[in-house]
Amino acid sequence: MLLYILRRVVSAISVVVITLVASFCLFFLAPSDPAGVICGPKCTPERLHDVETSLGFDQPPAEQLWLYMKGIVVGRDYESGGTVQHCSAPCLGYSYSLGQPVTKLLGQALPVTVSIVLGGAVVYLFVGVLAGTIAAQVRGTPLDRMVVGSTMVVSSIPYFVVAVLVALYATFLPHSEYHPFLDNPLLWATGLLAAWLTIGVTNAASYSRYSRASMIESLGQDFVRTARSKGISERRVVYRHGLRAALTPVATIFGIDLAFQLTGAIFTESIFGLPGLGLLSLRAFAKYDLPVLMGGVLVGAIVLVTMNLVVDIVYTFLDPRVRLG
Amino acid sequence: MSEQTVRAPQTVTRKDRPRSENEEAYLEVQDLHVQFPTADGMVKAVQGLSYSLPLRRTLAIVGESGSGKSVSSMAVMGLHDTKTALITGSIKVGGTQIVGMSPQQLQKYRGADAAMIFQDPQSSLHPYFTIGDQIMESYRAHHNVSKSKAKARAIDMLGRVGIPNPTRRIDNYPHEFSGGMRQRAMIAMALVNDPKLLIADEPTTALDVTVQAQILDLISDLQRDFGSAVVFITHDLGVVAEIADDILVMYAGNAIEHGPVNKILGTPQHPYTWGLLESIPALSGEPQPLHPIPGTPPSLLAMPSGCAFHPRCEFRDRVPDDLCRTLKPDLVSRSADPGRASRCHLKDPDAVFQTDVLPRLP
Repeated sequence: MLLYILRRVVSAISVVVITLVASFCLFFLAPSDPAGVICGPKCTPERLHDVETSLGFDQPPAEQLWLYMKGIVVGRDYESGGTVQHCSAPCLGYSYSLGQPVTKLLGQALPVTVSIVLGGAVVYLFVGVLAGTIAAQVRGTPLDRMVVGSTMVVSSIPYFVVAVLVALYATFLPHSEYHPFLDNPLLWATGLLAAWLTIGVTNAASYSRYSRASMIESLGQDFVRTARSKGISERRVVYRHGLRAALTPVATIFGIDLAFQLTGAIFTESIFGLPGLGLLSLRAFAKYDLPVLMGGVLVGAIVLVTMNLVVDIVYTFLDPRVRLG
Repeated sequence: MSEQTVRAPQTVTRKDRPRSENEEAYLEVQDLHVQFPTADGMVKAVQGLSYSLPLRRTLAIVGESGSGKSVSSMAVMGLHDTKTALITGSIKVGGTQIVGMSPQQLQKYRGADAAMIFQDPQSSLHPYFTIGDQIMESYRAHHNVSKSKAKARAIDMLGRVGIPNPTRRIDNYPHEFSGGMRQRAMIAMALVNDPKLLIADEPTTALDVTVQAQILDLISDLQRDFGSAVVFITHDLGVVAEIADDILVMYAGNAIEHGPVNKILGTPQHPYTWGLLESIPALSGEPQPLHPIPGTPPSLLAMPSGCAFHPRCEFRDRVPDDLCRTLKPDLVSRSADPGRASRCHLKDPDAVFQTDVLPRLP
């Protein structure tokens, strides 16, 4: 198990490094003029040159990549007009447009995104799995058709439309804003409520479909009949024996979904004005703020490979037949 | 070698234990009908089944897939969903009527008074819970005891069904058991509450032959210890000969022959039972082609008129007036012996068996 995790971590790191190199090549070698952007409209050739040398743009691309990677591991010093600015590890450079270390920007944005996504996940897992389980139990009845029908309707509406509708019409919800959880948990929760509901409702549709299908399969299994023959309560048969087996495939989908949501909450964040990773990347994109975009890609890659590893490890706890090795 | 010594009934190893008149039936099934309404019509899975079974006796229910043997036993266990199955008639277990019981009463009954061993222990045990956990759950469903007491009981039961080192094995998952051990664990789970009625639904079908014999012995031994009545569902006549006292042959939802196992297998009176015996390959003597029963079992949606077996029966011409096609025969005694019954219009089935069927048997 430990060896397996170690091997997976090594391969995860190599995936992240490859992603980093690839995105570096795409961004930095593209015909762009980052120095010009930083220098601004009243730029003089001397200042431009100064900016270029301080950020290392005069170096060959391979050297720039090396400096960037080295910065992540040991930190980096930037020289600008005679003064030296130290950017401590993991240094991802400075934002051109905001003039702040990218690491700090990401550090501020990540908790926002994590709060939005995890809170939303609680809503859609609870609502979706419960609705799916009940629908599977009463399969074929009007209640089942109602659940299936409403999931169809909800999942036919594009996500951003739902988000806009919530933002426009659900005015009874508290105003959307982000407060760090540690400062004030209550404000944290009320400020994120609208975003949670939006993510919750839209994803609950697909989760109720997954769990309904999975539950129908599971309730047809022989071991459910065995459980029933023991004389335990029907609720125990359905939830302890049936649902327990039905959740494994749902958990797999959840892990992957979570990873994508963490990297792609752009709609939610921009519509509700929450300063998360998606919004940060969106603004950086508008300003051609390459270091921030690179940082966003890096975080996304790390989140994805980590979630994949977590899903595999969680699987061994969900299904005792699975052994990692 | 005379015909007598190579006939299939020679596999009968159990001593004939005649059924005494005063033995009180523990399980009594009367005119049981199980039907499933579907979009295509009413599926008549069991059509008027009656039998009774005293304690300490084993009844084998034999028949093809879809003959109603499992469906009728599921009804005895109260396992049918009343929303999808229409059950009429009477099933009395220890004097208590099962048909029409409320779900709460059924829950108390299942596992306590009657328990079931299923066909494939691989899929019938929950893969995510330990063996001990599943046995303890059964016990605690009917006994208000602490976890440690239930665990002691589970360990005791695992030991009784012959699992070596039960204290350690109790924490294993089903996939860590072999097929035979899984079925032993399944039996331990079924017997943990001392049920007086045990239904075994093809418990050895998924096992290899050496393990089969061990499981059969185990069930027989435990039946003696627990003094329970056993219903044994199978399509393996070898197993029947080894384990059963009585045999009930089912075809298309009907009992077509019923009686003590040595009589039914020795001198069967129904053409379908003859067909079953003819379908057993002989392991000794000259290799001979088998005589399978022609045709396929009828659809339970559209049953043949008269005797359900008549489209496949080679002896239907020996019954006058086309009776087989027009009139459903009753399950009655066709000979001097009142202890056995068959559902066939043939005037003298014993004579037909002796002259036409016996010479063909391997």
